[in-house]
Amino acid sequence: MSRSLFLRDSVVRKNLMALTGLFLCLFLVIHLAGNLQLLLPAEQAQVQYNHYSELLSHNFFIKAVSYALYASILAHALYALILTRRAKQARGPQGYAYDKRGQVTPWYVRNMGVLGALLLAFIIIHMRDFWFQYKFTEMPLDAEGRKDLYTVVAVAYQQLWYVALYVVAMLVLGFHLLHGFHSAFQTLGLYHSKYNRWVKWAGYGYTFIITAGFAIIPIYMYFTQNQPLP
Amino acid sequence: MKIQLKIWRQENAKAKGKMVDYDLPDVNPEMSFLEMLDVLNEKLIRSGDDPIEFDHDCREGICGQCGLFINGRAHGPMSATTTCQLHMRHFEDGDTIYVEPFRASAFPVVKDLRIDRSAFDRIIQAGGFISTRTGDAPEANAIPIGHQTAEDAFDAAACIGCGACVATCKNASAALFTGAKVSHLAMLPQGEPESPERAEKMVAQMEAEGFGHCTNTGACEVECPQEISIEHIARMNFEYNKAAVLEK
Repeated sequence: MSRSLFLRDSVVRKNLMALTGLFLCLFLVIHLAGNLQLLLPAEQAQVQYNHYSELLSHNFFIKAVSYALYASILAHALYALILTRRAKQARGPQGYAYDKRGQVTPWYVRNMGVLGALLLAFIIIHMRDFWFQYKFTEMPLDAEGRKDLYTVVAVAYQQLWYVALYVVAMLVLGFHLLHGFHSAFQTLGLYHSKYNRWVKWAGYGYTFIITAGFAIIPIYMYFTQNQPLP
Repeated sequence: MKIQLKIWRQENAKAKGKMVDYDLPDVNPEMSFLEMLDVLNEKLIRSGDDPIEFDHDCREGICGQCGLFINGRAHGPMSATTTCQLHMRHFEDGDTIYVEPFRASAFPVVKDLRIDRSAFDRIIQAGGFISTRTGDAPEANAIPIGHQTAEDAFDAAACIGCGACVATCKNASAALFTGAKVSHLAMLPQGEPESPERAEKMVAQMEAEGFGHCTNTGACEVECPQEISIEHIARMNFEYNKAAVLEK
């Protein structure tokens, strides 16, 4: 891990942002696919989701990938911080007295750092409430003797403020992905006038599916399972 | 037409500058923006004041010397226009116009609106050329280059090095300027063999000059007087990554 390989210049650093970002994009697909089980009828969902959670937490491959995932989140955030600090220096101490640069680009494109910071805060809350509880606390067991993560999730989503927090967080994620997805391809140099339209539309489609898919789960559970489970 | 100006005045590179107000009561709408500044300077000289320094040369929109940040936008409110090609008819009678230098750490102010863009020259010197003598212009059909390739290479070569991309970028990135040069030469048979190495050297120089990173906001291509596409940044990244992967 020579310094030159990972810190050589801004193109290398941006490559790392793009690669970790795309890896996280891939993770979101798997995460969403698994979580869609929460939309099943309550009893079936409870059995299936708890079984799925147990399967994941005991699988060596998943464990290895999850460490890569934590590393990616940290690297993505750290490199963003390094790059942003450098960009601030590059801009210089004297700003424009009259600044209308915002007219030419959408707000979310200029505020990826702010959106990213909000997402990091959300990830910490999200992991504390589910991941930490599942891994490190005594949890009630379901009828089949498995840790009952489903009920923890269902109870959490019976609080309106919590559902609202998740929906807002998914909107933040959506705007981050809306720029991040195709920006990653551009950074890696995988951008061609013939195909960039497709990459852009694939990014929009991906963003819509991920955002809507994740947002629908707490909303659906709030409205359909508004009573404590046995 | 009557114009009120707020112009950045700065004695020298080290001095602290400030915005100063000027009134021009009788501006001809057919004047270019620079001619309007000429009129103001004549007035200042006549009254014994120091004229406002600003860069300019051809005044035909092709040399890349002029570059002012006008009303919060690089080269003013019009698209695909250099400052010298911006005319006063695009403003309203009674307007207040803010005029500032292009800002970036790598573009220090020399005086007033004049900045030092030699960082761009050093990026070009780092690799924006072909090392071997390619001789005189060859017979047109001797080197087959497809029409679209020729067009794309020419689009990139159209960069006039004005610095509007850096001035408008939220990260003060020179990726569009450097990308245009790397991409222009990468697409042509004379420049292609050295392309990955060129990308590496020019990116390294861009870094050394203190420009920021590219976050693909696309603001630069909007403000570029030559409308150079950020596709060329992607091509630079591609050439750079090719060098990194294939490096021996």
